[in-house]
Amino acid sequence: TLFDTLDDETWERLEEALIMADVGAKATAEIVGRLETEATTGGMTDPAALQDRLTELLAEAARPTGDATIDLRHGPTVIMVCGVNGTGKTTSIGKLAHTLATQLGQKVVLGAADTFRAAAVEQLQIWGERAGVEVVAAVPGGASDPASVAFEAVRRGREAGADVVIVDTAGRLHTQLPLMEELAKVRRVIEKQLPGAPHEILLTVDSTTGQNGLRQAQEFSQAAPVTGIVLTKLDGSAKGGIAIAIAQELSIPVKLIGIGEALEDLRPFDADDFASALVRPDERDPLAAGPGAP
Amino acid sequence: MGRRRGRRAERRRLSATRPSDGRPPRGRRRPRRATLTAPVFDALSEKLQATLDDVRQRGTLTESDVNAAMREIRLALLEADVNFKVVKSFTNTVKERCLGADVLGQLNPGQQVVGIVHEELVSLLGGESIELEFSPRPPTVILMSGLQGSGKTTAVAKLAKHLKEEKGSSVALAACDVQRPAAVEQLRLVGEQAGATVYDRGTELPAVDVARWALDQAKQDGKDVLIVDTAGRLHVDAELMAELVAIRDAVRPQTVLLTVDAMTGQDAVNVAEQFSAAAGFDGVVMSKLDGDARGGAALSVKAVTGKPILFASTGEKLGDFQVFHPDRMAQRILGM
Ligand SMILES: Nc1nc2c(ncn2[C@@H]2O[C@H](COP(=O)(O)OP(=O)(O)OP(=O)(O)O)[C@@H](O)[C@H]2O)c(=O)[nH]1
Ligand SMILES: Nc1nc2c(ncn2[C@@H]2O[C@H](COP(=O)(O)OP(=O)(O)OP(=O)(O)O)[C@@H](O)[C@H]2O)c(=O)[nH]1
Ligand SMILES: [K+]
Ligand SMILES: [Mg+2]
Ligand SMILES: [Mg+2]
Repeated sequence: TLFDTLDDETWERLEEALIMADVGAKATAEIVGRLETEATTGGMTDPAALQDRLTELLAEAARPTGDATIDLRHGPTVIMVCGVNGTGKTTSIGKLAHTLATQLGQKVVLGAADTFRAAAVEQLQIWGERAGVEVVAAVPGGASDPASVAFEAVRRGREAGADVVIVDTAGRLHTQLPLMEELAKVRRVIEKQLPGAPHEILLTVDSTTGQNGLRQAQEFSQAAPVTGIVLTKLDGSAKGGIAIAIAQELSIPVKLIGIGEALEDLRPFDADDFASALVRPDERDPLAAGPGAP
Repeated sequence: MGRRRGRRAERRRLSATRPSDGRPPRGRRRPRRATLTAPVFDALSEKLQATLDDVRQRGTLTESDVNAAMREIRLALLEADVNFKVVKSFTNTVKERCLGADVLGQLNPGQQVVGIVHEELVSLLGGESIELEFSPRPPTVILMSGLQGSGKTTAVAKLAKHLKEEKGSSVALAACDVQRPAAVEQLRLVGEQAGATVYDRGTELPAVDVARWALDQAKQDGKDVLIVDTAGRLHVDAELMAELVAIRDAVRPQTVLLTVDAMTGQDAVNVAEQFSAAAGFDGVVMSKLDGDARGGAALSVKAVTGKPILFASTGEKLGDFQVFHPDRMAQRILGM
């Protein structure tokens, strides 16, 4: 473990491990500071106990609200998915639709409100087919802006007696103000169609994302109050530590994780698993042997 | 932390960021100076200024002064997502130079240190650049690789447009992502927008066969350039990395490119190292630089692989594509 020897360097090694996992300097300093204080004042020296306590602290930090569930008791529950380009929105929606339909027997309707990216609609339609759920897209000649498609998807969901409507949106950088305003409009229009909706606004964050992830969560929340994070691509070697910083700073919990490109590769977030993976040394790290020589 | 705080605080790397109020670690804040020459470095310069506050009065620059400055620089670089280990070796280089440099004689030691950091960053980011190589016997083949969602397909179309406009090349694209839903359709659309011919076989054939077939087509059609789009893959996915190698061997590219998302964090070095070890690559396209990510991934990738960053991808439109400038990137990484 990180604590086999307890000396000056222990805390530096720990800081290093958290920084390498993208937890960020601030959240890292907070967590290491707490553990160090507890260890010195409480006289905790047992490596296993320290490791356990660290995992506990990290899990607590990742679990800011205690509740990371998605409430499906609305009729229909409307979930809007947003995020930066390429982070995994459309894929996560496909997987979520599959999970809801096959495991929970929910009737799901998808809304293809990414009307911008080349072949985004076709991509969602393929996912809809795979999951066996209906996809609402702009009809030729009809209104084709994102807000109209979202409105129509929710309308269709109500009409068809769907349990869940999931609305896909175009990827956008949080720095693009007109596009963030467009996102706010999509949300407003959904609310107009169904008061109280959207019930969930999920933000996809790619687990390879560095410190910019915090800005993403901040800015997206400004445009449309984000209720949860989908932490995607955790099947790689990145640990997704920025989720800790997001949870700490903004109290937004991770609700789902993506672990691959297949239908089944979506899981509920488990803070304990996530926390222990964060500080587990990765033997695949090619730099483990020494610093990269520039 | 100031030396008054004792040895313990001194040895800690990140202590300066302890749940803080954002004040410089000295605790005494200097009035802001309006004389800085490079405005983007204001914040870092100011912090270093505060750190090196009494250097001029004391008249000597001790190793501990330099260490304090390095701590600020380390934090700035980590905040910019430069890889931890790269930061370490980088600050060591900078430290040597600072200790040797005549920082004391300068009006503003903080600014002087920033200057040294900037120079070192530029030289590390730049170094020997390469021009895209063109084969004496066309078509010149360019293979695009990278993680899922990094911006490969967009960059393929942008590069096609760039080559068409800058070099007058006739460009074809090979649709070798048969994995991701509607990837072929996407390439068809953006390829057409770029004025390139798109060779695709839907998703009926394995990617390697499509690549081989597309190369034959490009030869027959007398194309100058063939750019091969591939599926996104994780560097830890042995099977897909083997597929990339097979595609490479089938088309024998003049240039293999790796697209790296500017928002990538500490893992960028793993990605780059493992793509480099598997299929190899000759240069990098940094994507999504139109956002506000500092792009420390650029520095990290360059530092561990030595491969140059050739292009900056700066938007969703096909014209949002430029030749990479190390100098701008260095400013971006340092800008606070
Ligand atoms: N390995 C892995 N790949 C993923 C995961 N989630 C998504 N992807 C891949 O990431 C890429 C981007 O996913 P999309 O779902 O298209 O992302 P998006 O956010 O909808 O992208 P835009 O709509 O273009 O902004 C695709 O190649 C997906 O297959 C995951 O959990 N693991
Ligand atoms: N803002 C911005 N978006 C970009 C840039 N490059 C690509 N994108 C967007 O990022 C998303 C993913 O881009 P793609 O080109 O599909 O990425 P890819 O690497 O081919 O993705 P996969 O094939 O799924 O692995 C799309 O929404 C693009 O429009 C860029 O430089 N800036
Ligand atoms: K992982
Ligand atoms: Mg999408
Ligand atoms: Mg692609």
